Amino acid sequence: MNIIERINDMLPYVRIGDAFTTGVDWSREHLSAVFDGIAATVDSLVEPLASLLTTPPAIVMVLIFAGLGWWLRGWKFGLGTALGLGMVAGMPIWDQTMSTLALVLVSSALALLLAVPLGIFIAENPRASAIVRPVLDLMQTMPAFVYLIPAIFFFGVGVVPGALATVVFSMPPGVRLTELGLRQVDREVVEAGEAFGASPWKILLRTKLPLALPTIMTGVNQVIMLALSMVVIAGMVGAGGLGEVITTALFRAQVGAGFEGGVAVVILAVVLDRLTDSIGARTAAAKAQRAMQQA
Amino acid sequence: MPLGMETVSALRVKSLYKVYGNRADKAMELLKNGAHQDEKLAGLPVTAAVVDANFEVRRGEIFVVMGLSGSGKSTLIRMLNGLLAPTHGTVEVDGIDITKLKPAALRKLRREKISMVFQHFALQPHRSVLDNASYALEVAGLPRDERREKALEALRMVGLDGWADKLPQELSGGMRQRVGLARALAAGTDIMLMDEAFSALDPLIRREVQDQLLELQAELGKTIVFITHDLNEAMRLGDRIAVMRAGRIVQIGTAEEILTDPSNDYVAQFVADVDRTRILTASAVMERPLGVVDVNSGPRVAARVLRETQTSAVYITGRDKRYLGTVTADAAAQAVREGRKNLQEIVSTEYARTVDDTTPVADIFAPCAESPAPVAVVDAAGRLAGVIPRVTLLSALGSISTDVSENTATPEPTDVAGTTPAASGTAAPEVPVQVGAQAPARLTEGPA
Repeated sequence: MNIIERINDMLPYVRIGDAFTTGVDWSREHLSAVFDGIAATVDSLVEPLASLLTTPPAIVMVLIFAGLGWWLRGWKFGLGTALGLGMVAGMPIWDQTMSTLALVLVSSALALLLAVPLGIFIAENPRASAIVRPVLDLMQTMPAFVYLIPAIFFFGVGVVPGALATVVFSMPPGVRLTELGLRQVDREVVEAGEAFGASPWKILLRTKLPLALPTIMTGVNQVIMLALSMVVIAGMVGAGGLGEVITTALFRAQVGAGFEGGVAVVILAVVLDRLTDSIGARTAAAKAQRAMQQA
Repeated sequence: MPLGMETVSALRVKSLYKVYGNRADKAMELLKNGAHQDEKLAGLPVTAAVVDANFEVRRGEIFVVMGLSGSGKSTLIRMLNGLLAPTHGTVEVDGIDITKLKPAALRKLRREKISMVFQHFALQPHRSVLDNASYALEVAGLPRDERREKALEALRMVGLDGWADKLPQELSGGMRQRVGLARALAAGTDIMLMDEAFSALDPLIRREVQDQLLELQAELGKTIVFITHDLNEAMRLGDRIAVMRAGRIVQIGTAEEILTDPSNDYVAQFVADVDRTRILTASAVMERPLGVVDVNSGPRVAARVLRETQTSAVYITGRDKRYLGTVTADAAAQAVREGRKNLQEIVSTEYARTVDDTTPVADIFAPCAESPAPVAVVDAAGRLAGVIPRVTLLSALGSISTDVSENTATPEPTDVAGTTPAASGTAAPEVPVQVGAQAPARLTEGPA
């Protein structure tokens, strides 16, 4: 027993935290120009979008979303969207809801801008895939709060750290599902492209990506859902929106206000989920799959 | 040396190997030194998919590669258009060694010279039948109108012109493969590779598309390399057949050659249960005619041959050994009595029916039954190639339904110079014949 305890006491303190701090400090010192640039870019995307969404009266926006829902999924969903968002518009948190939507859209767009090309790359390179996969696991399992700390370090308090923490957290399913979609493309169909002398680039654009699109769209949907789940956490670093509504309610113990914020998040989530889902279902490859199931 | 295009084979494969695995180079060395893969390669982490393949495919022929799954035939066909790079050896397409081509040049060659039809059709499910049929043209960068026109023409050839706007999933399996065929036809290449193209289809549909392929082939005269594991399909389609086993080509020949003269027990077993009466032709079962008399030799000669051969009729040949008909014993005796000198006057075509030497055995039964004398077999030039007595047809039928490998060479009559029936047709009119000799039913197995 003694020996085991002694060995136990001899275990060194592995200072990965210090190493990380050093890394962050060094980056802040030497790469400040880069971070400023990123911050400016994100800011210039989120703020105008948020103000664009909040400029028209709430009822106009509700009707626009309802129309979109009707067009993409049918009148039932359009009506549901009108009722749900109408309820949110009836609460004093419409502007916050729209600024959260802006944050989610920009974060998701940035995440996908990185995720889809990375997914294509690792689908074509098994070795790169072996390296990237554990990193994706790390990004996804790391508690989301942890991203906020260095993000504040680099960008201070505000929308930008929230948006970037959201990008990191929501990216993995985009990469994974892009890779999966491309790998699932029938080997013989790709071979046919090669046999008729098509270039790898053309096979990717005309055959693989269209066929992988339904799966990639599932990835898009997942990315948006994860981004939305980050908004409350992002609210803690001053990203505003519904996150701020909920965190404020938490700190002031306002049960009703917190519930209102939560319901608004849920309604936004359902609308975004169904809309992106129906975009995926409208792709040619998804139609082909349905035709196959009917046959 | 300037060779005309006609003399260059469409495809030529020389000592082609494909070995999968980490120690492929080591395995190659062993294989080249004659190791049989089962023995010496056992210790190496390799799979020898194709071993020392050598063959040429002539322009306009259907060359079938037949073998069971795992025999390496799919690997072989993928090396013919460079989808797989060989471990060793060369593949020449129109005299160009494609194993030395850069990727871009290889793609160009595929666009211009070789198209392919796949086992599971490999159509793009998200695009219409027309788009699929015009795929090769799209890759080649043709303008939309031209591609549409050519693709529609190809769809018309396979009988699918009304289906251009459908998705592949809305078609049946047989129709989908016809789209695959149309895609290859629209590409306009001289060479088509067909990888188990009809294997995924129901037997009846398969038969239908086989017929369609043969019709199209008669019209277009493409060079086709056709992979199959189905012997009947191979026999139906192939001008020549290569039989593959465990990566090696064990025999190349026409359907008939492979049936009548299998190179080893493996091939013999493989072909054991084919309906041979459809594959074997008259030339495979015919035997040497006992009495052949030149038309200019006169009735006396005919009468003597008839006496010697103890037969009821002799076969009369004219200039260039062309078959004219028979003279019966009665007619000859009467002519001798009447002192006639000319055989021509008493030649009859009533007494022995005539068949072509390429007639399948199945179609000889009726003429054989109607014919009083053995049926005369005539070659393309009209010469007498041989005869088929009823008893020979029956014994041939008996022997072709038993194992081929049991048939050993039958001794031929010793006094005949040529050992094949075709040779005997050119023999002198007064062939001294051994009447008692048991005629060989399977002439191609003679010691020739």
